[in-house]
Amino acid sequence: MCEVDEDYGEPSPEGLQPSRPGREQKCVKCKEGLPVVVIRAGDAFCRDCFKAFYTHKFRAVLGKNRLIFPGEKVLLAWSGGPSSSSMVWQVLEGLSRDSAKRLRFVPGVIYVDEGAACGQSAADRAKTLAEVKLVLHALGFPWHVVALEEVFGLPPSVLRHCASEPAGTGAAYKVAVDHFLQQQCALGAEREEQLSHPCPKDPEPPAAPPTATQTEALCRLFDSVKTLTAREELLQTLRTHLMLHVARTHGYSKVMTGDSCTRLAVRLLTSLALGRGAFLAWDTGFSDERHGDVVVVRPMREHTLKEVAFYNRLFAVPSVFTPAIDTKAPEKASVHRLMEAFLLRLQARFPSTVSTVYRTSEKLLKAPRDGFAAGPPGPRCLLCMCALDVDTADSATAFGAQTTSHVSPTQPPVPEAGAADGPCCCAQMGGAQGCCREAARACVIEQLCYGCRVNLKDMPSLDPLPPYILAEAQLRSQRPSAEQEAWASLLGSDEEAQVGES
Amino acid sequence: MPAPQCASCHKARAALRRPRSGQALCGPCFCAAFEAEVLHTVVAGRLLPPGAVVAVGASGGKDSTVLAHVLRELAPRLGISLRLVAVDEGIGGYRDAALAAVRRQAARWELPLTVVAYADLFGGWTMDAVARSTAGSGRSRACCTFCGVLRRRALEEGARLVGATHVVTGHNADDMAETVLMNFLRGDAGRLARGGGLGSPGEGGALPRCRPLQLASQKEVVLYAHFRRLDYFSEECVYAPEAFRGHARDLLKQLEAARPSAVLDLVHSAERLARCGALASRALCQACALLDGLNRGRPRLAIGKGRRGLDEEGPPGAPPRPPARSALRSRGTWRSDAVAVRL
Repeated sequence: MCEVDEDYGEPSPEGLQPSRPGREQKCVKCKEGLPVVVIRAGDAFCRDCFKAFYTHKFRAVLGKNRLIFPGEKVLLAWSGGPSSSSMVWQVLEGLSRDSAKRLRFVPGVIYVDEGAACGQSAADRAKTLAEVKLVLHALGFPWHVVALEEVFGLPPSVLRHCASEPAGTGAAYKVAVDHFLQQQCALGAEREEQLSHPCPKDPEPPAAPPTATQTEALCRLFDSVKTLTAREELLQTLRTHLMLHVARTHGYSKVMTGDSCTRLAVRLLTSLALGRGAFLAWDTGFSDERHGDVVVVRPMREHTLKEVAFYNRLFAVPSVFTPAIDTKAPEKASVHRLMEAFLLRLQARFPSTVSTVYRTSEKLLKAPRDGFAAGPPGPRCLLCMCALDVDTADSATAFGAQTTSHVSPTQPPVPEAGAADGPCCCAQMGGAQGCCREAARACVIEQLCYGCRVNLKDMPSLDPLPPYILAEAQLRSQRPSAEQEAWASLLGSDEEAQVGES
Repeated sequence: MPAPQCASCHKARAALRRPRSGQALCGPCFCAAFEAEVLHTVVAGRLLPPGAVVAVGASGGKDSTVLAHVLRELAPRLGISLRLVAVDEGIGGYRDAALAAVRRQAARWELPLTVVAYADLFGGWTMDAVARSTAGSGRSRACCTFCGVLRRRALEEGARLVGATHVVTGHNADDMAETVLMNFLRGDAGRLARGGGLGSPGEGGALPRCRPLQLASQKEVVLYAHFRRLDYFSEECVYAPEAFRGHARDLLKQLEAARPSAVLDLVHSAERLARCGALASRALCQACALLDGLNRGRPRLAIGKGRRGLDEEGPPGAPPRPPARSALRSRGTWRSDAVAVRL
C-alpha cells in the first residue's frame, strides 16, 4: 500500500549494468563495491551485498515463521526451474554454514517428471532425466525422482486429512531448539559433522520407469480435459497428491516449494478468477496446513522472479529447462496465462504491482481453526483438500445463481422435459451404465469445492481419472450413511437407557 | 441454419443462447427467466422487505434502466414502491443527454423522479470544476475517484429527500468482478473485506443499499434491455477513459473468453473473501481473533495498536476490558499474533 506514493520515476536501467566509467556509482549498501545489479528502482548492489541481501531474505522468512523445527525432515520440491533451483541451493548453502547460523533441518529433494502431461517424447524425457540426475548427484541430498504416471498407483488414503498436533508456538520452538542443541553437545562434534552433511548413503533406488500403459493413461486423461485452464489445475492437483504421498511414506513433515513473489502474485489473481477466493490464504500463504500432517511452506515468497534470475546467473546456480504444460501456448489459452501476462505487463509500467498484490495476500487470514467457531471440521474438497465453500443451492449467491439456472426457473416442466430426462433413466436406455455414470459423477461433484467443480465441467468423463480419486469418492459417499446408522443405533440405545432409568 | 426452438416454451424460435448455461430461449421466455432470477436474488437475499420505499439510482445507462424496469415489473409481487433518483454530476455535454434519457424513462413508467445536483449539494462543485482543478496535478484518474465518492453521497441525500428506506443500484456481476480485481491490484484489503455481499445493511445511519442485478451478467442485462426495447443512454463518460477500471475491464473480457464462468467465479471469490475468516478487517474477524486468543490462553493476542475497529461492535462473548486497552487490532493476522507472543 505504501507503494502507492512511491516515486515510479523513469524505469530504471535493468539488469546487469556494465560499469559505467563516466558515473561513479557505488553499491548502495557498502558504498564501496562496484554495482553489478539494480533490483529496485535506483538501488544498485555490488555482488557481495546482493548475495547477502538475497540469503538474508531467505533465512529471515524461515526465521520469522519458526515453523521448521531442528532435525525435521523437509522435502524440497524441485522442478528444475529457476526459483526452486535457487531455493535448493540456498538450503545447501545454509547447511554448510558455520554452526551458529546453520540451518538445522534435514532436507531431501523430490523431482516430479511431468513429461507425459506436457507432451514430451520418451527420448526427450530420458534426456531431461539424465540432466536432472546429474544435478541431483552434484547436490548430494537424498532424492526422489518420481514420474507423474505414479498417480495411477496411489492409495485413496492420500486424499485424507491427517490431523496432527498443532505445531507449537514460539515457546515450543525455543524448547525444541534448546533440546536439539543439548543433544548435539552430548553427541559431540562427530555426530554434528554427520548431521551437517547428510550423506546420500542410500539414494532412492532408481524407480522403474513408468510403463507404456500408464503413460498412455495419463495422456488420455490430459487429452480428455477440454481447456488448458482445467488441465493446468489438474496437473497441479495430481502433482500435489504425488508429493504428499512421497512425503508421507518417507516421513517428511514439511514440503518446501520455490514459489517466488511474482509467481504467488500471479497465482493469487488466478485463484481469484477460478473461484478459489476462500482458499487464497492456503494457496499463497507462507505455510499451507490443509493436509494436516504434511505442511507446505514457501520460503521463496519474498524473492521476486527478477532477483532469482539475477542471483542464479551471478552465482551460477544450475537449473534444468523442462517445457511446462503451457509452454508455447498462446496468451489467451488459459486463465493462468492471461493473468500472468496481465500482471507482468502492468508490472512493467507500474513497478509496484506485484508487491502490492503480494502484500494483499499477507493480509489474508485462514479461517478459524477446526474445532472452534466452525464447530466440527466440515467436509473437505476431494481434490484440493480445502474445506468446502459451497452455498446452499438456491441461495442468493454466485453459486446459487448457477445451480438454479440449470432448472428452467420460468415454467413448470413441460411434458417434453420428461422425455429429456429419459437418458438418465436406466429403463429407457436399456442399460444401467449411463445412469450409474451420471450418479458417480454427481457423487464426485458433491464432494468438491466451488473451484474444483468449475474445473470438472471441462472434463466430460471421469473415467480417465486415476483410481484413487474415484475410490476415495465412493468411500466418502458411503461413510455418511454408515455414520447415520451408527447414530440411529446410538440414539436408540440412549432412549432405552433413559426409559429404563425413569 | 435455422434457429433452434426455445427450450422453455417450445413454440417460438429461440432468439438467443444464454451466455451462462447455453440454453436457447426466445425473447419473452428469456425476459421472464431474467425477471425470475432477479426476483429470486431479492427474495432469497432478503434485500427488500415488503413495504419498503426503494430509491433506484438512475443514471440513464443500461444497468439502472434495466433494474428500474425489472423492479417495476416485480413491485406488486414484492410489495415495494419505487422512486427514481438521478444525480447530476455536472459534466457538460454528457450528463444532460443522460438525464434526458432518465426523464423519458420516468415519464414512460410513471415513476416519480428526483434529480439532485452536485452543484447544489457540494457548494457549487461540479465534476467539470473538479476536473479542471485536478488536471494540473498529473493524477488524472483522480476524477473518477471524486465522482464515485461524491455520487454515493449524493444518492444518499436524494434517497432521503424522497423518503426512501432502501437504495438500490444497478451494478451487475461484471462490475463486481472488475471491482474485485481492481481492489486486489490496489491492495485494498478493507474494501475486499466489505464488498462481497449483495449490499450493505446500512451502518452508521446510512440507508441500506443493495445490488439486485449483482448475479446477472452484463451481456444478459444488455439483452434484456434489447428485448424490452428499453431506451437508454450508452455513451461513455468523457472522463472515464483515464480510469484504472479500464485495465480490469479488458482483463475480465479476456478471462471470460477463456472461461465463460469467470465472472461469476470472481463474484464467488469476492463473497468468500468478505466472509469471516478470509480477510481481517471486519468486526467478525476481530471477534474470531479475540476468541482465538482466549482459546489459546493468550487473551491479549489480538489486542494492540490500531483503533479502527473500536466503534464496531465487539464479540458477543468476550469479557469486558478497560476502554484504553480494548482497541482491537484491525489487521491482526496469524503472523502478527506470533509477534505479539514473542514480545
